[in-house]
Amino acid sequence: MEQLKTIGRELAMGSQGGAWAGQSKEFLDLVKSIGEARSKAEEDRIILREIESLRRRIAEPDVPRRRMKDYIIRLVYAEMLGHDASFGYIHAVKMTHDDSLPLKRTGYLAVTLFLNDDHDLIILIINTIQKDLRSDNYLVVCAALTAACKLINEETIPAVLPQVVDLLAHPKETVRKKAVMTLHRFYQRSPASVSHLISNFRKRLCDSDPGVMGATLCPLFDLITEDVNSYKDLVASFASILKQVAERKLPKTYDYHQMPAPFIQIKLLKILALLGSGDKQASGQVYNVLSDLFRKCETSSNIGNAVLYECICCVSSIYPNVKLMDAAIEATSKFLKACPSDSHNLKYMGIDALGRLIKINPDIAEEHQLAVIDCLEDPDDTLKRKTFELLYKMTKSSNVEVIVERMIDYLISIDDNHYKADIASRCVELAEQFAPSNQWFIQTMNKVFEHAGDLVNSRVAHNLMRLIAEGFGEDDEGADSQLRSSAVDSYLRILGEPKLPSLFLQVICWVLGEYGTADGKYTAAYIIGKLCDVTEAHLCNDTVKAYAISAIMKICAFEIAAGRKVEMLPECQSFLDELSASHSTDLQQRAYELQALLCLDSQAAGNVMPLDASCEDVEIDKDLSFLINFVQQSIEKGANPYLPESERLGMSGVSNFSSPYQQEASSHSLRFEAYELPKPSSIPVIPQPFISTSTTDLVLVPDTTYYRENNQASKLIVGPEASSADAGIKLRLDGVQKKWGKPTYSSSSSITTSVEKTTNGVVAHQDGIRSHSRDTTYDSRRQQPEVSVEKQRLAASLFGASASKTEKKATMAQKAPKGNSTNAEKSSVVRSVSPGTSKDKTAPPPDLLDFGEPVPTSAPTIDPFKELEGLIEPASALGPLYNTVKTGGDKAQDLMALHMDTPPSVSRTSLSLASEGTYSTDKSSYTEKPMIAVKKGPNLQDALHKDATARQVGVTPTGNNPNLFRDLLG
Amino acid sequence: MIRAVIVMNTQGKPRLLKFYEFQPPEKQKELMRSVLAVLSGRPDNVSNFVEADAIFGPGTRLVYKHLATLYFIFVFDNSENELAMLDLIQVFVETMDRCFKNVCELDIVFNFNKMHAIVDEIIFGGQVLETSSEQVMKAVEEIARLEKSSNSISFVPKAVSGRFGR
Repeated sequence: MEQLKTIGRELAMGSQGGAWAGQSKEFLDLVKSIGEARSKAEEDRIILREIESLRRRIAEPDVPRRRMKDYIIRLVYAEMLGHDASFGYIHAVKMTHDDSLPLKRTGYLAVTLFLNDDHDLIILIINTIQKDLRSDNYLVVCAALTAACKLINEETIPAVLPQVVDLLAHPKETVRKKAVMTLHRFYQRSPASVSHLISNFRKRLCDSDPGVMGATLCPLFDLITEDVNSYKDLVASFASILKQVAERKLPKTYDYHQMPAPFIQIKLLKILALLGSGDKQASGQVYNVLSDLFRKCETSSNIGNAVLYECICCVSSIYPNVKLMDAAIEATSKFLKACPSDSHNLKYMGIDALGRLIKINPDIAEEHQLAVIDCLEDPDDTLKRKTFELLYKMTKSSNVEVIVERMIDYLISIDDNHYKADIASRCVELAEQFAPSNQWFIQTMNKVFEHAGDLVNSRVAHNLMRLIAEGFGEDDEGADSQLRSSAVDSYLRILGEPKLPSLFLQVICWVLGEYGTADGKYTAAYIIGKLCDVTEAHLCNDTVKAYAISAIMKICAFEIAAGRKVEMLPECQSFLDELSASHSTDLQQRAYELQALLCLDSQAAGNVMPLDASCEDVEIDKDLSFLINFVQQSIEKGANPYLPESERLGMSGVSNFSSPYQQEASSHSLRFEAYELPKPSSIPVIPQPFISTSTTDLVLVPDTTYYRENNQASKLIVGPEASSADAGIKLRLDGVQKKWGKPTYSSSSSITTSVEKTTNGVVAHQDGIRSHSRDTTYDSRRQQPEVSVEKQRLAASLFGASASKTEKKATMAQKAPKGNSTNAEKSSVVRSVSPGTSKDKTAPPPDLLDFGEPVPTSAPTIDPFKELEGLIEPASALGPLYNTVKTGGDKAQDLMALHMDTPPSVSRTSLSLASEGTYSTDKSSYTEKPMIAVKKGPNLQDALHKDATARQVGVTPTGNNPNLFRDLLG
Repeated sequence: MIRAVIVMNTQGKPRLLKFYEFQPPEKQKELMRSVLAVLSGRPDNVSNFVEADAIFGPGTRLVYKHLATLYFIFVFDNSENELAMLDLIQVFVETMDRCFKNVCELDIVFNFNKMHAIVDEIIFGGQVLETSSEQVMKAVEEIARLEKSSNSISFVPKAVSGRFGR
């Protein structure tokens, strides 16, 4: 009803509105029927019917022009609603040729909305634009300028440029203004094509009309952004213009809400900020006018605040001046303390301004700590994000724990993937930069992985693995092993979660493989069982499976090396069988490697997989000198000597080893390195001895020399791809190629759900967080009555640096002994931040960041339970394992003590290749026979021996490989 | 610069779309959807600013104003000032109000080509051109007047249309 009434009104208006409002009856009907449409489908039907009828009628010969205008408008309308009206474009173009102003304008409007600047039809308009730019009627000129702005592309700029330049001297100031802006647009499109005209902008700065002057500020701003130094001479002019504007020297018509030309002021301030940045002399010329502005700006109006904010930005950008800083700080605090009416906008500006000012003087944040914390808890998401940005900027090692904690809370609360990834990367960055302890770092990373999952850069995962492997570096090794076992503990617990992102699973598998059995707390069977569960419970991709099987292999190797017998669990066996039959050759290979390894004696296994050697450098014998004897023998036996690639070209398909994939992988340009590096022909090289590193994951496979250089050049992707490519050719598995290169992401959706299930301590903990409203994430159970105190404490932990720092050290030291369980540790780490926390458990003072797991001692007591729960499952499934599991459970009971006693294990550093950025983690190179994986074999000779042993032991190579091998040997 | 001017109603029906960098219709539709999703999720009495880098690319922000059944949205990058953009919306709305006396959604629907004329007088090629609604009104009225005076010819059937068929 309401609608009909207004439509009636509209019709009445239409009749009186003349050329403007006078749309046709049909158009009104169309709009009306769309307005009444009950569903999207109905609306679409109406529009499609309309488009059909337009298509018919528009093509009729001799459509009256007035009518045509109506059709075009209807087309624009249809296209605005998202339907294709491309059949009408040509008619819109024709309409621009019309002499009548309304039609021409409609035509121009339609083409600017319809066409992209590289559309084919543009060429038909250029002539018209040229003509119209010379028209006597300034409105026609304006319409043409508008169209030129939108439609002229780099190629066609020269066609209209002369006319536009002429218009810079047009008597009408509107036209001059638009000409300047069109030129600016051309500059944005293609700086080179108007570079000779840039001086015109300077000239127009002195235009008699302030509006034109204002318009030139836009292109000048862009130009100055590009190149500050060429415009330093203008500082004085800009400052004086700003002064005049501020002193109301402009005509009254430029006032807006009692502010003199605020938009011009804002642009000028932006320009001055650029020019004064880091330039004491230039800044000196601006100080006066800025302090004037601070005095004059009235804060009652929106636009006044806009100018004020711009002043603050300018002050924070130019060479600092104490007086101005004070004024800026004062203005900022006014924003932050804004009265509620407009408060969110002003607070937003205030937070932003604060973020700029603390760059100069970090101390000023302290004064506004409560305001900042208010903003952090504001229902307004924009404000919250802005505040996180501010916190990010003011993070120091003293407050990193609080800030990251809050960020993670926020991360959990949002479900926008874009911001999740954003916040996650910030968390990671801060944690990497300021982490107070490795333990804290690992916990933090775990949380980030759990909640942001596959949104996290895989680099982060590798950093985490490296950190666990390297440990503290300089500290004692006991701490390292403690760190590791706490990581293992936490991962075993986390594995209970229903869904985990695949990247995180990779980390877990790797850590469990390397260190799962290191401290003897968990039996090999237990860890292997867990790893098998991983692959079953989580729908994981091949990468995770590869990590899992490698981890199992490591554990088996450690067991064998320690002289213990490895019992093959049925689930492990079935996993192994599954992988042996996998489509992925990578998985297949790993499965065969594991089978081979199981047959080795303890010494060989120990050599293949040295304990805790992930940090050892892999020595690469680039020349493969150890092969010389072998090659010599082969040649003596009649094998063909090795021919460098170049000489082999054109021979047979087998001969081009890596070239096709090489090129593919290293993409854009042709790479020649791969071909240039044949060994000196005196050392014929046989491509047999590729060393598989299927276990080490972090170490780039040192393939043969051919593409070694290449790998380094094109870093992470090329390395593995190339290595697999090489193998691919030998295995003739070209089709599979792509799978190896890129890991797939399977469980991105796991993030939200993973929080909800409570299986163990950690999760219960996080559930706590969830159940609180996201604003009051702290321990509201205890804190509710004293919110303000809580805030003050948070403030203190955020802003008060020195006090908490010492406190933290104390608690850190104290934390160590109980640091084994994640939970306890987490709370204690967190606890350590808040000042005044006593170490006394019985009466902990209100702790802001403790999420509702108040008693630290409760954590260890819960854990073994949960652990046991987790154990019962596999145990009941596997009869024979029951015993071992039980012992595992018993051990879990006193895990603290155990951890304390574990002998320090060696941790050395420098996963050199991995840190270079070559993450060849999930790939291994392929050999033509299933062979032993040499983990970090320092010596390739050993590897070969082992390889030979493996063959003797009776591992049957896969079918066609030996043939190929023979092929290669000739 | 200003990237886009969008007017849409609270159900997400576009009322005026102006992109200063070309977007094909499908993309426009998609952008509309994401913008609506963001805006409709925002409670009242919060700030008028939204960081839009998830929708319009890095560094973009949008300022919106919710009036009656309509959202007025300006999308821009970091060379503009949020508060100033908010005022520019104000200018735009004021101008329309002058144009239509108590502007309502239907005025905008039926006169969207006039809307475009107004926007063109306020923003030119992504830069702010005029911020006085009085001046904008003058320019728009001038156009209307001249168009009206030249209107009489427009009833003459267009005999020469073949000339453009090149």
